[in-house]
Amino acid sequence: MSETKSMNQQGFLNLFLTAGCDSFPHALRKSFLVAVWFAFLTFPIMVIKVNTIENTVVWHWHKIGYLAVAVFFGSFIWRWLLARKELKKDENREETRIESLLTRVQSHPVLKYLALGVLAAAAAVFPQVFNLYQTNIMISCLLYIVLGLGLNIVVGLAGLLDLGFVAFYAVGAYAYALCNMHWGLNFWFMLPVGAVLGALLGILLGFPVLRLRGDYLAIVTLGFGEIIRLVLENWGEVTMGPSGISSIDRPALFGVKLGVIGSTHYMYYIMIGLVILTIFSVNRLQNSRIGRAWLALREDEIACQAMGIDKMKTKLMAFSLGATWAGMAGVVFAAKTTFINPASFTFWESAIILSIVVIGGMGSIRGVIAGAVILILVPEYLRDFAQFRMLLFGAIMVLVMVFRPQGLISAKRKVYEYKVNTAGAANE
Amino acid sequence: MNNPVLNVNAMSKDFGGIRALDEVDLKVADREIVALIGPNGAGKTTFFNCITGIYTPTSGDVLIDPSAEGRTVRINGRKPNHVTELGMARTFQNIRLFPSMTALENVMIGTHCRTKASIWGAISRNPATRREEQAVIQRSYDLLELVGLENYVNELASNIPYGKQRRLEIARALATDPFLLLLDEPAAGMNPHETKELERLILKIREKFNISIMLIEHDMKMVMSMSDRIYVLDYGRMIADGTPEEIAANPDVIKAYLGEDHDD
Repeated sequence: MSETKSMNQQGFLNLFLTAGCDSFPHALRKSFLVAVWFAFLTFPIMVIKVNTIENTVVWHWHKIGYLAVAVFFGSFIWRWLLARKELKKDENREETRIESLLTRVQSHPVLKYLALGVLAAAAAVFPQVFNLYQTNIMISCLLYIVLGLGLNIVVGLAGLLDLGFVAFYAVGAYAYALCNMHWGLNFWFMLPVGAVLGALLGILLGFPVLRLRGDYLAIVTLGFGEIIRLVLENWGEVTMGPSGISSIDRPALFGVKLGVIGSTHYMYYIMIGLVILTIFSVNRLQNSRIGRAWLALREDEIACQAMGIDKMKTKLMAFSLGATWAGMAGVVFAAKTTFINPASFTFWESAIILSIVVIGGMGSIRGVIAGAVILILVPEYLRDFAQFRMLLFGAIMVLVMVFRPQGLISAKRKVYEYKVNTAGAANE
Repeated sequence: MNNPVLNVNAMSKDFGGIRALDEVDLKVADREIVALIGPNGAGKTTFFNCITGIYTPTSGDVLIDPSAEGRTVRINGRKPNHVTELGMARTFQNIRLFPSMTALENVMIGTHCRTKASIWGAISRNPATRREEQAVIQRSYDLLELVGLENYVNELASNIPYGKQRRLEIARALATDPFLLLLDEPAAGMNPHETKELERLILKIREKFNISIMLIEHDMKMVMSMSDRIYVLDYGRMIADGTPEEIAANPDVIKAYLGEDHDD
């Protein structure tokens, strides 16, 4: 027992020292070259410090030493990680530890309800325990979960790369803002209206792009998203232009207007409700006849049509259902911030939502939630690091794409129940 | 004799200046097994693509009569999904399964055009939807059992061995409830034993579902032993048709396959 353990340890050390190389000296040489190269690349920003007022140049030579040493050892770790990934490629279909834990919890009835109960309790007390700032961050995280799950229908399930998703979000937000400003329509009336408007716009966009796929579709939807933003910016008489619309009503609780704290808490619970509704609907949709048609469309368009699936109808359904959630999220967003302008609906938003879906795991509800939590909460909590915030954000994205290209939590197919005919099984 | 279930009349297909199919005629009678053979590049798969709506024929008629009772429908230019709905289902030469779905789900896709659960039905899971879903699952499983894939039900299609993938494609096509099953090289890449089993399966399918079957195939042993009639396509033209015996003795066919003798 202890012998095999020491053998394993030796194997591990061996792999760690020579991963991706012929021998240990080769590995040393490689790491050394990498360190020199990094030192050279970062020389201008790490070493030279020019003081323009006193016209002097200060040389920080020690910094390059630290960097070289760090890169030297870092490159060993990097190669080891890559080699480990290659080794595990054969077991790629196997679940990771987190995934199998989730599956175990889900398939065990008591554990499942226990986990759900804990989650529900945590969600319920969150605004009471944490302060207003934390609650606000959580609201926007929940908002992105809804948006991510909506886009997941279009990108993850139906495989239609949509880069203009923010357009539907903007339509929902502006619909509520304008109707509230002109006619004083309230939040609860506009929530379903925003959903319907999103769905209609989804169909409207869907029609012209039905024949497009992949990159072409991405470009057209990108253009569509920009068109909506430009219209909002330039059609001043209707949309108030770049100055936006302010003092939008927050949702009232049974006609009672709440204060800032009260309404933030109220907003939080509304979002929790909306997230639950979204998860519930998307989960049921993806394991239904329509959900399977979306998957088939993503996998092979020609075979899908040859099997009797109406490509046009299926695509339009994906676009409109995805846009429905964006429309609702838009209404909530307008009510939450009480001020909107076109700057909130730039391409950057679409890119973030798409990153949530891709990094989390295409077609996986749990993955999208994990993606939203990481991509929205991490930058918020990294505010202390100020200038390194976006650098870390980018590094996380690169690492996920290198080591888990299928996303953090990949989608799992449902296992169906069926009756085995013992008479028919013996026919071979 | 009953009305043919498939009646192709002087169908042509041009790709730019190239005539891939030239005034091709073909008939498939009810419950008949018809084979379409020909050298590589003769236009066999183009023929399949034209009658299943993937291509639109340049001229000619494609007429179908699902019940073989004289009510014909012209299907030129109909969309592939519409053709499948009318009852012609096909498999592909280069297997086109849905790789990241399970075997069972692949077959369930085939039932799509025969079921009608809506978005609302999916979200509310009302009794009608639940019943339909259960029936779909059971029927799909039965079909998997029929083609001998009961051990691969929850396996992803991409993880199933090659020969079984072909069988899965047949099960998926059968799930659309066709009157005519079109098989594009079903035995390609199979060993003699698997081919024999496939032959038995195809005959069993005809008995069980009372349907017509048309296949493109290069395995002459299989074609000769199981087809009722054979059509031979060469350079886009139908050069012969008849029973296996007639085809085996036809000099045009031998010439098309072995080439002309230029030495004399």
